Amino acid sequence: MTVPQHGRAMTPSIVVEGLTVRYNNGVTAVDEASFSLGAGTICALVGINGSGKSTLFKTLMGFLKPAKGSVSICGLPVRAALKAGLVAYVPQAEEVDWSFPVLVNDVVMMGRYGHMGLLRIAGKADREAAEQALARVGMLDFRRRQIGELSGGQRKRVFLARALAQGGQVILLDEPFTGVDVKTEDQIVDLMRELRAEGRLMLVSTHNLGSIPEFCDQVVIINKRILAAGPTETTFTQENLQLAFSGALRHFRLEGAALHDDADDRRVTVITDDERPLVLYGQRDRERLAAGERGAGPAASPGADRDREPAPDAGRGETR
Amino acid sequence: MIALLLEPFGYQYMVKAIVVSALVGGVCAFLSCYLMLKGWSLMGDALAHAIVPGVALAYLLKVPYAAGAFFSGLLAALAMALVRIRTQLREDAVIGIVFTSFFAIGLLIVSINPTSVNVQSIVLGNILGISDEDVLQVTIIAGVSLALLLLRWRDLLLVFFDENQARAVGLSPTRMKILFFVLLAACTVAALQTVGACLVIAMVVTPGATAYLLTDRFGRLIIIAVALGVATSAVGAYASYFLDGATGGLIVVLQTLLFLLAYVFAPKHGRLAARRAARAVSEPAS
Repeated sequence: MTVPQHGRAMTPSIVVEGLTVRYNNGVTAVDEASFSLGAGTICALVGINGSGKSTLFKTLMGFLKPAKGSVSICGLPVRAALKAGLVAYVPQAEEVDWSFPVLVNDVVMMGRYGHMGLLRIAGKADREAAEQALARVGMLDFRRRQIGELSGGQRKRVFLARALAQGGQVILLDEPFTGVDVKTEDQIVDLMRELRAEGRLMLVSTHNLGSIPEFCDQVVIINKRILAAGPTETTFTQENLQLAFSGALRHFRLEGAALHDDADDRRVTVITDDERPLVLYGQRDRERLAAGERGAGPAASPGADRDREPAPDAGRGETR
Repeated sequence: MIALLLEPFGYQYMVKAIVVSALVGGVCAFLSCYLMLKGWSLMGDALAHAIVPGVALAYLLKVPYAAGAFFSGLLAALAMALVRIRTQLREDAVIGIVFTSFFAIGLLIVSINPTSVNVQSIVLGNILGISDEDVLQVTIIAGVSLALLLLRWRDLLLVFFDENQARAVGLSPTRMKILFFVLLAACTVAALQTVGACLVIAMVVTPGATAYLLTDRFGRLIIIAVALGVATSAVGAYASYFLDGATGGLIVVLQTLLFLLAYVFAPKHGRLAARRAARAVSEPAS
């Protein structure tokens, strides 16, 4: 793995070694997991529901303690990394109570708490950081809105702005593309690419298999154990995905004979985990993944025309 | 007329009652902002009932009632946690069983030792007859709670809104929640004197709920709720002089009236505003 060095005191990294996490009821959610990620990386975390993705996130956030093994973030134990404000978290939409009486600006300011004193009174630097972060995600005009009044994509961007305002070097994103239209998805991806260029490390839990080759340079495939981890070109393969999803994925295969009348035996494989499908055709899969092309044309992609955003004027009253 | 209106201020017990009620009403209203947002309102009710046996025993044993109340509140919380872990029962059933049991034990203690303390003053409160010792206790409890809330209200908001982010900025959500419940228990004990065990729940829910209809900002929510809590409690205590009624009942009725007003007339989240908005949608550009 290439680790571009930046002149920061804290080089972003996540190192997980032999990590086992058990719940109180004895269920092992993550088993002997090891992987490591360095600066300037966008890594996709892929696996079925219940494969331990959220357990891994909770462990990285210090909510769960490892039964065995260790986690270090930027070379520090989890608790110290959190204390230093190095880890930012962008929650799933369902985790947030959108009827809470807080404004967009209040949410972004919450990212600055670690930089403030005991009383959490915002100083000039905090206000500037919040403003810059909001401007960067294009939400500055919405800063006085109550969060429930925003559309799905806008809500996501506000929480991204909070991660930016915090200045987190390691950013955990939990399903950032769920309930977001294609335009917002592209904006989020562009922003993540910029953050990668700044040397930050992002770990993205996603079901959106089709877009992974577009912007993730690393992939960790998990099903309690780490099934595969490494660069997208060599890791995000049909074999590994079948290993991870074995039956849980929607998996279509069109044999060559069904597609055309000649002797060409290449086939089309469509793999989808609810969201944008991954389309593989013949022997060119590898090249396509390596080249980072769009995985699916518009015709093959039911994701392209989905738009689950609520009406922009949906106020607090409706979200309750 | 003015002489008549000023009459209550001539009695020291009335002044004491008004000031103590306002203080307790304000702190309880502060807590209500958090409680109602989290859907934990019934927890306040359970706590208020669960401290009754502690108060009864404290009077019986001649120890400060706050200590007894706090101890039995803690015991109830432990009992709830234990029943919850050891059985498959749902939370509301567990809360229901534990707090009614505690309340019943409390009533039993009081009825067996009728001389120690009047049942009515625990269940309905007796702010007009509050002793100087109790005034001191209540003032200390409410003062310390208020100071802690003023210092940590932003951190509590973050923990209630987004625990993960609280962790990401280095806060311990567990510790903050413990702080909150200790404050809630302490203020419930204080409010017991003013409105009694049955109506404490209103003090820690209604002001916050009313303010929620009036603003989208948490800072303002606190200010509005505390103002409502202080005003209704002071006015309630004052008016009970003339109406010769239970102070607790008056305070809570006042709070409910204000809630109803907000419910109908709130500029953004009230019923009338909702109707106006619906009409604006159904007849666009008329």
